[in-house]
Amino acid sequence: MNTSVMPQTIISTRLAKNFRRNIMERMIEFALLCSAAFAVFVTCAIVYVLVSEAIPFFQHVSIYDFLTDTVWTPNYSIKHYGIMALISGTLTTTFIALIVAVPLGTITAIYLSEFASHKVRETAKPILELLVGVPTVVFGYFALMLVTPLLQKIYPDLPLFNMLGAGIVMGIMIVPYIASLAEDSMRAVPMAMREGAYAMGATRFQTAIRVITPAAISGIIAAYILAISRAVGETMIVAIAAGQQPTFTFNPIEGAATITSYIVSVALGDLEHGGIGYQSIFAAGLTLLIMTLLLNILGHMIRKKYRERY
Amino acid sequence: MVMHKNKHNETIKAEAKNLNFFYADGTQALKGVTLPIYENKITALIGPSGCGKSTFLRSFNRMHDLYPGNKYEGEIILYPDNTNILSKKVDPIEVRMRISMVFQKPNPFPKSIFENVAYGLRVRGESNKRVLDDKVEEALKGASLWNEVKDRLEDLAFNLSGGQQQRLCIARALATDPEIMLFDEPTSALDPIATMNIEELMSELKKKLSILIVTHNMQQAARISDYTAYMYLGELVEHDDTNKIFTNPSKKETEDYITGKFG
Ligand SMILES: Nc1ncnc2c1ncn2[C@@H]1O[C@H](COP(=O)(O)OP(=O)(O)OP(=O)(O)O)[C@@H](O)[C@H]1O
Ligand SMILES: [Mg+2]
Repeated sequence: MNTSVMPQTIISTRLAKNFRRNIMERMIEFALLCSAAFAVFVTCAIVYVLVSEAIPFFQHVSIYDFLTDTVWTPNYSIKHYGIMALISGTLTTTFIALIVAVPLGTITAIYLSEFASHKVRETAKPILELLVGVPTVVFGYFALMLVTPLLQKIYPDLPLFNMLGAGIVMGIMIVPYIASLAEDSMRAVPMAMREGAYAMGATRFQTAIRVITPAAISGIIAAYILAISRAVGETMIVAIAAGQQPTFTFNPIEGAATITSYIVSVALGDLEHGGIGYQSIFAAGLTLLIMTLLLNILGHMIRKKYRERY
Repeated sequence: MVMHKNKHNETIKAEAKNLNFFYADGTQALKGVTLPIYENKITALIGPSGCGKSTFLRSFNRMHDLYPGNKYEGEIILYPDNTNILSKKVDPIEVRMRISMVFQKPNPFPKSIFENVAYGLRVRGESNKRVLDDKVEEALKGASLWNEVKDRLEDLAFNLSGGQQQRLCIARALATDPEIMLFDEPTSALDPIATMNIEELMSELKKKLSILIVTHNMQQAARISDYTAYMYLGELVEHDDTNKIFTNPSKKETEDYITGKFG
C-alpha cells in the first residue's frame, strides 16, 4: 500500500492515537521511575543517618582503635570500642548457621527439584516457605528453651547463653531461604540438559549432582550469599540465646554479642540520646551495612563469573 | 544363534513391533508401528510435524520414562540378545547404556569439553585417566572435532560454536561405544556447512553402529539414509529402501508428501 494516497483524515487519527499511546507510555514510565527512585532515596537516607551519627563517634574513638581493639565495654568506666568483639560474635554465629543451613538447604533443594514427585514438591514447598514467616523471636526462644538444653545433655558444661545453640537455630531458620532459591534455580535448568544426562545412562543422582547442580551453580551461590546476609543481620535469635556480653571469641560454646544484638540491646536500654554510647550503635550499624554491602558485591561478582549459560 | 535378516541378507539390529504409545494426557502418539532397524545402516524417519517421529525415536532409549504417566504398548526388540527394551523388567539405564542419543538442539553439559565427552564413561564407573584420555580422543576424532579442540580440552563446552557443540554431543554419545545412535533432527539448528559435516560423519559412523534419524529435510534423508520410513498421524505409512521411497513409493500418501503436494 502506498501512504501518499492515504486520505489526510486517516493519517491524522493515526497520529492522534500514537500521541495518546505515547502519553500513556510516558506516564507509566514515570510511575516506574518514581518507585525505583523511592527505593534509592530510602537507602540514601539510611546511609546518611548512619554516617552523620557515626562521624561524631569517630571523633572520640579513632578508626584504628575501633578496628583493632578487641574489647567492647561502652558501659564500663574504662570505655573500649573495639568492634572486633562484636564482629567475632557475628562471624561465629553466621558460620555455625551456614554449617547447618548450606548442606541441609542444598540437599533439600536437590531433593525437591530432582527427586520429589510433583505432588510432594507442591506440598513441601509452601510448608517450607511457611517457616520463613515464623517470627525470629520464636526461633530465639526455641534455641534458648529447647536446643541449648538438648546440647547441654551432650555437653553438660555448656552455658545457658551460647553461640552454638543460637547458630544452629539460625541455620534452621535460613534453610528455607537456601532450599527455596536453590530449588528455583535448579528447576530453571532446561529439561534438555536433564534429558542429555539421562540419555547417557546417568542415574537420577548422577544427573542431579554432576549436571544439574553445576548448571544451576550461580543461582545456588546467590542463595548462599543471601543466606549469609540474612545470618549476619539476624538479631533476635542471638540476642535471646547467645547472651549479650560482647566478648572477643570464636569459641561456639561461649556466649557473645553480635553487632545486631548489641544494637538492639542498646536501643532497648536507656542510653542518653547524643551520648557516645548512643552514637556507637550507629558506628556498629555502619559496620554491618558495609559487611552486607561487601557480601552483595561478592555475590554479584560470583554470579557474573558463573552466569548460567544453557 | 538365529540371525534376523532381510532379503538383502542384512541383519536386523532392533525392531519395533506393534508399538503404541500414549502420553500422560491420553494422546496416542504411536499407533501399531512395526519397523526394523538394520545393522550398519541409516534409517531415516520422515513425516509431517506432529506425526510421532520424535515420540518413536525417544521410545528407543526410554526417554519417555522420565515423565510420569507415559505408557508404551508393544515391543522394541534389541538383537542379537532378543531383549524387549520396553519391558518393565528392563532397567532404562541399561537400555541407555547401549543406545545413545543426539538431540535437536545441542545440549552440552556445563563442563569442559573433555568432561562432556568423558561423562558417559564416568557414569559407567571409569576413572582411569589413561583410559579416559584415550576414549575422549577417539570419540572426538570420531566426531571430527579433535583437530579443532585438541588444544582447548579444558575450555567450557559452551564456548564452542553451535555446529561444534553438536559434534561434541555426538562425541559424547559415541564415547561409550553404543550399538545404536538416535538422532532427532540433529542439523536443524545448524548452517549448511555444519550440516554437511555431520552428514558425512553419520555415513562414517554407520560402519560401526546402527543409526535411526528423524529429519525434516527430505534431501537429507535421501542423501544419507539407506532406509526411509514415512509416518503420518502416529502410523507408519511406508518403509523401504531410501531409493525406492524417493523414486517409486508404493503409497500415494508417501509420494504426495515427498513431492510436496501434501497438505
Ligand atoms: N508431552 C506430550 N504430551 C502430550 N502429547 C504430546 C507430547 N509430546 C508430543 N505430543 C503429541 O504427540 C504427537 C507426536 O509428537 P512428536 O513430537 O512425536 O511429533 P514429531 O513427528 O516429532 O513432530 P516434529 O516434526 O514437529 O518434531 C503430536 O500430536 C504431539 O502433539
Ligand atoms: Mg520431533
